[in-house]
Amino acid sequence: MSVSRPGRDDSPDRLYTLTGGRSRSAPDAPFDLVTLIVAESGPQPGMQSEHAAILRMCELPTAVVEIAADLGLPVSITRILLSDLLDAGRISARHPRSGPTHSLPDSELLEQVLVGLRNL
Amino acid sequence: MDSAISERRPAGEREPSGAGRRELTATADNGLKIVVVGGFGVGKTTLVRSVSEIRPLNTEETMTQAGKGIDETGGLEGLSGKTSTTVAFDFGRITLDARNVLYLFGAPGQERFWFLWDRLFSGTLGAVVLVDTRRLEDSWYAIDRLEHHGTPFIVARNDFGGPSPTTEQLREALDLDPGVPLVDCDARSRQSSKDVLITLVEHLKTLYVAQLNAPQENAQ
Repeated sequence: MSVSRPGRDDSPDRLYTLTGGRSRSAPDAPFDLVTLIVAESGPQPGMQSEHAAILRMCELPTAVVEIAADLGLPVSITRILLSDLLDAGRISARHPRSGPTHSLPDSELLEQVLVGLRNL
Repeated sequence: MDSAISERRPAGEREPSGAGRRELTATADNGLKIVVVGGFGVGKTTLVRSVSEIRPLNTEETMTQAGKGIDETGGLEGLSGKTSTTVAFDFGRITLDARNVLYLFGAPGQERFWFLWDRLFSGTLGAVVLVDTRRLEDSWYAIDRLEHHGTPFIVARNDFGGPSPTTEQLREALDLDPGVPLVDCDARSRQSSKDVLITLVEHLKTLYVAQLNAPQENAQ
């Protein structure tokens, strides 16, 4: 944590210049914290540096929250940047199978989680 | 601990590009969430670190005056348009199998955090309330909020040594529903922290079965 993190100390104004003034992502692109992002193409010359950084770190699946931590940006700002890339077809998103509902996940998934934890 | 982790990297996978960053396999396609809630210094990060395959990372979420609170939820009580809410949280990761990846979040229990709960932790499998018996009052609010959000949870008492109330006394002090598991743990221990997570998921299975048998009842 020796490097100053842009998300923490900078004014919100600066953060929103990264997103062209937008404060939220499109409602049809609801990135969960643990939605896994995969780059569909490499960074291009002239691309916004945050976009290029995301494409570089998502050669293999990477969760939204990991991207936010790596960029040092709040999750909400990261979601907007991801929306841009998704709209441009540069990333794909693997959303959690257990949707954002209050119902319990199915027993098969719970069993998979238990097996995985016991194997730790 | 690192050697145990690197065994899970399949042969031929790319080496980590940055310091401390470890990549998932290409087949990973389902992220899962468990939240560890508790007061400051109760050991949330310690527990996450004990079981995580990556060094815990830190990030934050902000709800500013330009944020979504106003226009998308029709106005949140107590959040005026000028309020800026920032919550920092830690997280770690456990690769469960080729497809499932579990993310563990250490989240502060303080009041402002709960404004962001739905935005951050909707769809979470469940929660662990980590309790320091010397500061029980930190846990009351968290338990109240989890019940309010209908998030299944268990309570884990982190052992800080010294005198501690009996399980019965603790249940009473926390006003715990008899169905909510209460376990002792040592957040520094990988095995102990792992057992806490297993207890939570077994509790979720119990709730799932109960829900199947009582289809009229709302999800807990």
